[in-house]
Amino acid sequence: MMDVLQILLSESFWAASLRIATPLIFGVLGALLCEKSGVLNLGIEGIFVAGAMAGWMAVWLGAGLWGGVLVAAGAGAFFGLIHAILTVPLGLSQHVSGLGVTLFATSVSYFIYRTALPNVTSPPRIEPFRPLDIPVLSDLPFLGPVLFQQTALTLLALILVALVWYMLNRTALGVAIQAVGDNPDSVDAQGLSVYGLRIGAVMAGSALMALGGAFLTMSAFDAFFFGMVNGRGWICIALVIFASWRPGKALLGALLFGAFDALQVRLQTEVGALVPGQVFLMAPYILSIIALVIAARKADYPRALLTPWFKGQR
Amino acid sequence: MIRIEPRNAPTRLLTLGVPVLSALVALALAAVPLAFAGADVAAAYGEMVNGVFGSVFAFSEMLTRATPLIFTGLAAALAFRARLWNIGAEGQLYLGAMAAVAIGAGAVDAPGIVLVPLIVVLGAAAGAAGMAVPTLLKTRFGADEVVTTLLLNFVILIFVQMMLEGALKDPMGLGWPQSAPILDQGMLPTLIERMRVHSGLVIALIAAGVAQFMLARSVWGFRLRAVGENAAAARHAGIRVNRTLFSVAVVSGGLAGLAGVSEVAGLKGYLTADLSPGFGYTGIVVAMLAGLSPAGVVIAALFIASVFVGADSMSRAIGVSSYLADLVVSMSLLCVLIGGFFARFKLVRSGRVAA
Repeated sequence: MMDVLQILLSESFWAASLRIATPLIFGVLGALLCEKSGVLNLGIEGIFVAGAMAGWMAVWLGAGLWGGVLVAAGAGAFFGLIHAILTVPLGLSQHVSGLGVTLFATSVSYFIYRTALPNVTSPPRIEPFRPLDIPVLSDLPFLGPVLFQQTALTLLALILVALVWYMLNRTALGVAIQAVGDNPDSVDAQGLSVYGLRIGAVMAGSALMALGGAFLTMSAFDAFFFGMVNGRGWICIALVIFASWRPGKALLGALLFGAFDALQVRLQTEVGALVPGQVFLMAPYILSIIALVIAARKADYPRALLTPWFKGQR
Repeated sequence: MIRIEPRNAPTRLLTLGVPVLSALVALALAAVPLAFAGADVAAAYGEMVNGVFGSVFAFSEMLTRATPLIFTGLAAALAFRARLWNIGAEGQLYLGAMAAVAIGAGAVDAPGIVLVPLIVVLGAAAGAAGMAVPTLLKTRFGADEVVTTLLLNFVILIFVQMMLEGALKDPMGLGWPQSAPILDQGMLPTLIERMRVHSGLVIALIAAGVAQFMLARSVWGFRLRAVGENAAAARHAGIRVNRTLFSVAVVSGGLAGLAGVSEVAGLKGYLTADLSPGFGYTGIVVAMLAGLSPAGVVIAALFIASVFVGADSMSRAIGVSSYLADLVVSMSLLCVLIGGFFARFKLVRSGRVAA
């Protein structure tokens, strides 16, 4: 018990928690933005893969780290556009279209990677984002190591939480996006474009998801591996429900998740002899399912989620 | 302005033509990645056709590959018809495979006439249990089954890895994480000598036939369709929606479990953690291409299996990555979705009143 307390009080534990949470923060924000506009985006898992591959490859080809971030976001927006066209003006099943986009984005990424690098034994590495070293801030006790010695992408994720919250709750655009996810007829009656708002929200949300993937290849690791996303996208979909579509709660959910993951890695070294390692590997998925079951009953779904809307048809 | 108007009733030509056309368009679109990879496109297509129809063996390999896809395709088609989103066929497949080796690899020593049916039934039961749990979480707690079945796929796969290093590990396996082989008398017999195609295919075809009949003709099929078309109306009409969903879940999970049984007891003989290259997920594409009809699933599975086997053979000959197959499969899903839209709706230029 003392050991757990000691772990929970250490700076390195909280730094690790935030690091593990970062891709989830991007993903949850992206999924939240799509769903707020009324579109469930199950393309998330594939968009993570596409962001991870595209960002890494852009850097590998010499685009620079921020160039890679832009390319990843662009790839995400592209696959988001496919999902948006299928589900918004065409009004097709959001479930099936999303799964189709996941399969498509994943296979496009794998095919391009394999075609560019046909016979590599070990994946080529890039020079990833380095931990920040900000004067004063990085030297603060506790906060310094936890917050300001992360990479720039982690700070970007935290800033985006605030930005998405502000945009959704304090700007006309955000109010319109929320309205289009609750009652598209009212938005249409005001002369705003339901299609435009939904397509835009899905593209922007998908770009955010892709940044979650890019974090994996450009910050957490320095190379692209097949299967590296490993269900993180699906976990984000569960976390959005857990967070009842609020950016602040989404951040909290991702952090709790990261903290649990960081804790299990540390506990594994202590009790590893007693329990098979796979029990720890399963934990994040089981935890997501439990979170979903707890949150499901009182979940306040955007009222028009999953419901297609056609212009001129009431 | 262009407006969208529903067609009066989708014609038979459209319902049959759209999937065929979608599959062909997706195949034609494969020329883009082939050209991107710098391959001779015509030669690549030639190799793909040759890889499926070039010899009896090639064709039998395609049938072997189609067998698990018929099972997972049926699992998705029946569930989706009831609007039960079973995306967990991949995990249920592994549950079925695990049950098959747990019973068949020596735990039960019985003659084949007893052992084979036992493996099949318990494998299906394991898959059924794998879908029963998320369905209960849905009907009792309102937990979205899409997310829970997706997440359970990961849980189950890790559980398989755990078992393959623990209780199910082959003591004679030289340390490899694989199960002991299923006893000879527990294996599903092969259909043609010196080929791998096995009687799992026969079971799959029977399952498709039974599913087609039950869906179209039985009271159960009627309830299933009613729940899928309008759950509120079905409830109003006195159909017990949750009970119907549960029965669909058991059948759907059971079919996915049979995919695992058939792969392990018909083809591989023992279980490894890479038994399935995503048969569960591909089953969703099969079901959608089939228009969620069990009979269509058989044809769609043959098509998708041809794409995989053809692309493998093309990849060996020309060196273009065999991920091309996954690309074609995912594109055919997107194409059939778009095609389905045009089967149900027509675009009308507004300003003119449609007659």
